[in-house]
Amino acid sequence: MASFQFNTPLTEADVRQLSVGDSVTLDGVVFGIRDASLIRMFDKGVPCPVDLRGAALLHTAPNVRKLPDGRYEPLCIGTTTSMRMDRFTEALLRDHGVRAILGKGGLSAKSAELMAKHGAVYLSVTGGAAAGQTLQVEAIEEVHWEDLMPECLWKFRVKAMGPLTVGIDARGANLQLDVQREAERRSAEILKAMGAA
Amino acid sequence: MEVPDDFYPRVEETCRDLYIRSLKEIPPDIVEAIRAAAARESKEVARRIFAAYLESIALGRNRDMIVCQDTGIPIYWVGIGSKLRLDGARLADAIRRGTERATCEHPLRSSIVAPLTRENRQTSTGEGIPIIHFDFVPDADALDILFMPKGSGSENMSSLKMLVPADGVNGIKRFVLEQVVGAGAKPCPPTIVGVGVGGSSDLCMALAKKATARPLGSKNPDTQLAALEEELFNAINSTGIGPQGLGGDTTALAVHIESAWTHITCNPVGVNLQCWRAERRRAKVTADGKVEFGF
Repeated sequence: MASFQFNTPLTEADVRQLSVGDSVTLDGVVFGIRDASLIRMFDKGVPCPVDLRGAALLHTAPNVRKLPDGRYEPLCIGTTTSMRMDRFTEALLRDHGVRAILGKGGLSAKSAELMAKHGAVYLSVTGGAAAGQTLQVEAIEEVHWEDLMPECLWKFRVKAMGPLTVGIDARGANLQLDVQREAERRSAEILKAMGAA
Repeated sequence: MEVPDDFYPRVEETCRDLYIRSLKEIPPDIVEAIRAAAARESKEVARRIFAAYLESIALGRNRDMIVCQDTGIPIYWVGIGSKLRLDGARLADAIRRGTERATCEHPLRSSIVAPLTRENRQTSTGEGIPIIHFDFVPDADALDILFMPKGSGSENMSSLKMLVPADGVNGIKRFVLEQVVGAGAKPCPPTIVGVGVGGSSDLCMALAKKATARPLGSKNPDTQLAALEEELFNAINSTGIGPQGLGGDTTALAVHIESAWTHITCNPVGVNLQCWRAERRRAKVTADGKVEFGF
């Protein structure tokens, strides 16, 4: 397992080097999105106010403090369960040119296929360990759709964000799904041994 | 004894502090269990995950930071000492106000919305929220408040099955294991697996939730249920799901079962998972307004 550092925006060549289990840190810009902002973009058809070509997207809804000048100070920025947003993978990759989706818990086999096809990766953020991740966010540079607070579209300036673990690589390998399938196989054996099959 | 008027604002402040403190200081039994799991972990990726857990735990305690971004659904279990005489409606109002003050004064992310319109009042409260369970404690002269900010990654993995008597205990074992494996990485493992056995459908889920609030190391007092806790704990930790579902040796920190009797035709089992941080805080408020915080 290798370690990588990338600056954003990411290129296809950047992400094609990665394999599941590798460790990655990112410098530059990470956009925060999740349920409400994705629903607005894709189900309500509201145009995305930022350019997502080569972008790294983080599934998040942060804790922030609004400052007198209207800017936001980060208080706690972590991640959320990605699978809820699984159905948006195709449009993000195909129509917007996103290269990395960051979140926790993994994405489906379908998303892994799409990542192989379009050249993108899923980077697993350590869920619940947001305090450490907050220190990697230097500033909140832009906030769009503030009426969705806290599920706005956020633009974060990050420094050495990570270590992130490659959960899905651009060949379509899917670490979290493989672990889960192995667990299913083992649980059948375990139940048999317990006499509960 | 009748509580004085300033008892209610004291409860309000206590609930505000419980919410904020719960997000910053992980209970010592949980910290110990995460440390132990990290020390015995054999997989490299899993060790990387545990290192991040321990770093964020330390930042919460030493630098007054919120450990996880999810401020959760605020849940209170309130034990009213039988020697206290108080106004229950004012008590509930004080708990709600404390929740709102934590959210606005800190500030915290408000994670609560109306189910259809998705309106967020930015107060962490709404219809039916905070969730407050009242109970009565014989011969006690204090108010005992247990608070949990329940994160959604794990809450979304909740499930209930109305098994039938012919499914027996084996049906319960199969269901619990299926749910934990099905949840995989999503609830932020290693989890506390709360299991409700018996009751009606609603009581069964309430028992499963309450089970997740039990401190680590506690066992169900019923020996048969305690044995079932241990058997399921070993089974779940043989699945290899590991921290963040990336593979590893520890998938559950504990299995806790709470039970109630049920109908002759029923055999309900409920599963409620709690993420690795297992945030909970406790406070005891006496009639004279003294507050003692714990876990």
